[in-house]
Amino acid sequence: MERLNGENSRGVWRSLDGWTILIYMALLAFGWISICGASYDFDLEGNIFSFEARSGMQIVWIASSLVLGFVLLMLNDKAYETFAYLIYALLLVLLFITPFLARDIKGSHSWIKIGPFSIQAAEFAKCATALALARFMSVYGYNIHRWKDFLLTLAIIFVPIVLIILQKETGSALVYLAFFLVLYREGMPGSVLFAGVSAVVYFVVGVRFGQVMLGHIPTSIGEFLVLLLVILFTVGMLRVYCGRVAAVRNILLYGVGTVLLALCFSGFVIPFDIRWVLLGVCVCVVLYLCYLALREHILRYLYVALFSLGSVVFFYSADYVLNVVMEPHQRVRINVLLGLKDDPSGAGYNVNQAKIAIGSGGLRGKGFLNGTQTKLKYVPEQDTDFIFCTVGEEEGFWGAAGVLVLFLALILRLIHLAERQPYAFGRIYGYCVMSIFLFHVFINVGMVLGLTPVIGIPLPFFSYGGSSLWGFTILLFVFLRIDAGRNLVRRE
Amino acid sequence: MGAGYNLEKRKYVIGGVAVVIVLIYIVRLFTLQVMSDDYKRNADSNALLKRVLYPARGVITDRHGHLLVYNQPSYDIMVVMSEQQGVDTLDLCECLGITRDYYERRMAEIKDRRRNPGYSSYTQQLFMNQLSAEEFSVFQEKMFRFPGFYVQRRSIRQYQSPCAALLLGDIGEVSPADVEEDDYYQNGDFIGKQGVERAYEKQLRGEKGTQILLRDARGRIKGRYMDGQLDTRPVPGRNLTLGLDVELQLLGERLMEGKMGSIVAIEPATGEVLCMVSSPAYDPRIMVGRQRGKNHQRLALDPLIPLLNRAIMGQYPPGSTFKTTQALTFLQEGIITPETAYPCHHGFLFRGLKVGCHGHASPAKLVPAIGTSCNAYFCWGLYYMFSDRRKYADVQEAMTRWKDYMVSMGFGYKLGIDLPGEKRGLIPNAPFYDKAYRGSWNGLTVISISIGQGEVTATPLQIANLAATIANRGYFITPHVVKQIQGEALDSLYTHRRYTMAEPRHYETVVQGMRRAVLAGTCRRADIPGIEVCGKTGTAQNRGHDHSVFMGFAPMDKPKIAIAVYVENGGWGAEFGVPLGALMMEQYLNGKLSPESEKKAEMYQKRHIAYGAAER
Repeated sequence: MERLNGENSRGVWRSLDGWTILIYMALLAFGWISICGASYDFDLEGNIFSFEARSGMQIVWIASSLVLGFVLLMLNDKAYETFAYLIYALLLVLLFITPFLARDIKGSHSWIKIGPFSIQAAEFAKCATALALARFMSVYGYNIHRWKDFLLTLAIIFVPIVLIILQKETGSALVYLAFFLVLYREGMPGSVLFAGVSAVVYFVVGVRFGQVMLGHIPTSIGEFLVLLLVILFTVGMLRVYCGRVAAVRNILLYGVGTVLLALCFSGFVIPFDIRWVLLGVCVCVVLYLCYLALREHILRYLYVALFSLGSVVFFYSADYVLNVVMEPHQRVRINVLLGLKDDPSGAGYNVNQAKIAIGSGGLRGKGFLNGTQTKLKYVPEQDTDFIFCTVGEEEGFWGAAGVLVLFLALILRLIHLAERQPYAFGRIYGYCVMSIFLFHVFINVGMVLGLTPVIGIPLPFFSYGGSSLWGFTILLFVFLRIDAGRNLVRRE
Repeated sequence: MGAGYNLEKRKYVIGGVAVVIVLIYIVRLFTLQVMSDDYKRNADSNALLKRVLYPARGVITDRHGHLLVYNQPSYDIMVVMSEQQGVDTLDLCECLGITRDYYERRMAEIKDRRRNPGYSSYTQQLFMNQLSAEEFSVFQEKMFRFPGFYVQRRSIRQYQSPCAALLLGDIGEVSPADVEEDDYYQNGDFIGKQGVERAYEKQLRGEKGTQILLRDARGRIKGRYMDGQLDTRPVPGRNLTLGLDVELQLLGERLMEGKMGSIVAIEPATGEVLCMVSSPAYDPRIMVGRQRGKNHQRLALDPLIPLLNRAIMGQYPPGSTFKTTQALTFLQEGIITPETAYPCHHGFLFRGLKVGCHGHASPAKLVPAIGTSCNAYFCWGLYYMFSDRRKYADVQEAMTRWKDYMVSMGFGYKLGIDLPGEKRGLIPNAPFYDKAYRGSWNGLTVISISIGQGEVTATPLQIANLAATIANRGYFITPHVVKQIQGEALDSLYTHRRYTMAEPRHYETVVQGMRRAVLAGTCRRADIPGIEVCGKTGTAQNRGHDHSVFMGFAPMDKPKIAIAVYVENGGWGAEFGVPLGALMMEQYLNGKLSPESEKKAEMYQKRHIAYGAAER
């Protein structure tokens, strides 16, 4: 037994993925350098190692993360699978009681104070959810196409989402949507993912161009484009899932033709609101698809019809959601993001200052601790959510692009590792880890660059804070341990 | 397992999504960072604060090194809005000697971003400027009670003596036009507005230094940019030494009390202005600090126009002092010799034209004619010159020749003194009369120019310069008030001799005439015991009372001072001009006045001329 253990741990070191460790270390180093610039304290005269400065404290977090990573590698990889549900349950309880224990920090109730430290349970719940998801989906006989299985899978994802939203941490909750990428890999129909992406596109286009008129035609560009997209997406789905060239041709010919005719008539003869024409075409398409479904007894036509109908309903309810359901600050953020409000000192201030900071970096950057914008606190939240500004300003285009490439390397490496797992548990967990990193980088960097909504989530290994660094380290090292044991443990 | 194989291909879709996202972000980074400079400029204006370091303005001293203008500390009261909550407003107003209304108006102005675009509630804003040391000391004692109020030391100009206000000039805030013209200036800077302060602005101001500071998002200063490598130190302004003799200037302003007019004295050998009195005068010290605006307004509206520097801007008929120029012209042109005599029977009577004269021996040669200031002599001279058809083809040619002499003696054009606003006076030329008389005129028509009347006008400076030219026997150096600039040579204009068209031997004759005037002529009261004074009176006719004019220099050989005195509506030249000129020369040459002269000076100081509407 002792011999086996020794061989086991030696084997862990031998089959540990060195590339991932290397990228992890590089990101930690880059992250610490950025924290130094972003949290520069003039009163400490640039003593970046002082524990009064955040750069000094971050060293403590980094060191403790490395210890944590080491400990996780020492544990038995079977333990993660065995205790997955227990860990998940514990974290759910923790998430549930957090709002009752936490004090109000900027409207959020997500931080539990333990001694001098504050811990954000939501950061650790990602790992727990990923484990539970992997365990559940890797059970023999699991079939994602079975409604019961699929709904339970959704439940595992959505319970923490709801609990985190209750803490008023919408940003952290949205991260769990990344698991849909895992579901897609595990067999969820691509159409579901496509429908989700379509919803986002309708929403963005509809809101962005909702107030702009189409020349002197009394129809808003947003509405026109969205309804046209509904028709085109429908045609696309019909082509991919049903392969009916004739139906595609019919819809294109009559539907789009009618729209174009109406457009010309309205534009050159008598201006009238052509939304009714578009809606009419949509209804005709839906009816045509229903007719096809009934005639040929193929359910898929019905699904496509459902998609078109759902799209139209979604679009018209989006406006309602934006104006009634959303909180005012979220509404403003969305408007700013979509370029509807241009107010540098108002809600767009963060993004504008972020762009100035990054843009001023130029090709080569201003150099370590030479960034003026971040050092002088022009960018709010610059050492947490907006940390990427410091990279852009001090390290310039090469540094910022380099960091992005490092993240891409990590993600692609994780996909590679996940795919080489002999068992579903490891693969699913690996995809979970990859999806979370991808989502964080996508939203965080996109937000700093002014491309995605301002959703307050950290940039992995860069943003200041122990909870997020520990959370990401655990997420990654658990997977590395599982990966390291891929050939050894089951050999007995 | 077919389905599993299919699903594995989805890793390419997922990986592809990641690659596309990163590519889009890299392109975005490229456009933000490499394609556009806007963000860099934005960042610099965000974070870098250029603080101007003001140099000390040059100090001005008189010819003997007596301090005239220097810098004095003044205090600006600054306020940081975010820190000044809970200040006892009443107490503060009392300390600063302001009303509650003023306090509230200032506070509103500071917060108004349209009027104060650089406003931040975290940085110091100017609340009150230019408090004197006394005003400040009251405030300083209680300053601890007013959190958020700070003091910034600046400097203002101060004047040692209450004289020469117009010559020294003053400084004031730059106008928008100044800022546009010279990008050295920024709003709120000070610039010389008049006199030497304006003429020598570039030398006096020095060079501003800059300090580049780092400013955080709240406008607070966090340190120096690049450890001050790009900072520059201010270069202090150059000190000026004037040709002015402050005692002489003080005496001149004393003597001119209650009279309008001007006294200008020049050192003939150098062209340095020894004094430049313009009356009515005012105390330069009222043009300093916060009351400048108010006082300037008051002076500008004064009907006696104290802001007009009469010495260089007043254009008067030169009167009989001008006869010296005529004598020189006629001698040089060979119209007369020193031996030529003309008759005078109480004036010049010819073809029905009469120019009156007072009683004196007749006929008179040139020296006595100058001594007694005979009008007839110079009328004859001009008549013979303008009628001489052997020398000049027509009267126009004679006139042009005459004008050239006058111009060579410094008349008709600006002399080029180093003060702003100099006027040129008027010397008529042939086209001028052709136009006025439609081509039909002769020597008799314009006869009064020979005695410094008619169309001829000159500034007191030009008369003083004439005295200096005669003292020098034929040349002058352009008059200038600044004798020396620290570390810089004077303009060559102020070191070169300008010769007139008349020869020195003719000047000697005129000097004899001017000496005769003092010994036995119109200027007898100009005699100073022990000094050979030369002089020439003038009684310039105008619409009201005559102007009393005197021009002279002393001593006759190696002259040290040349002077012109102009007393508006003072009557005969001998009445004010001669005695004032004599007192001035005595003061300068002896360094003090004798007791009798001191009594005389007091008497003249108290003799005011009542200027009524009719006199002007």
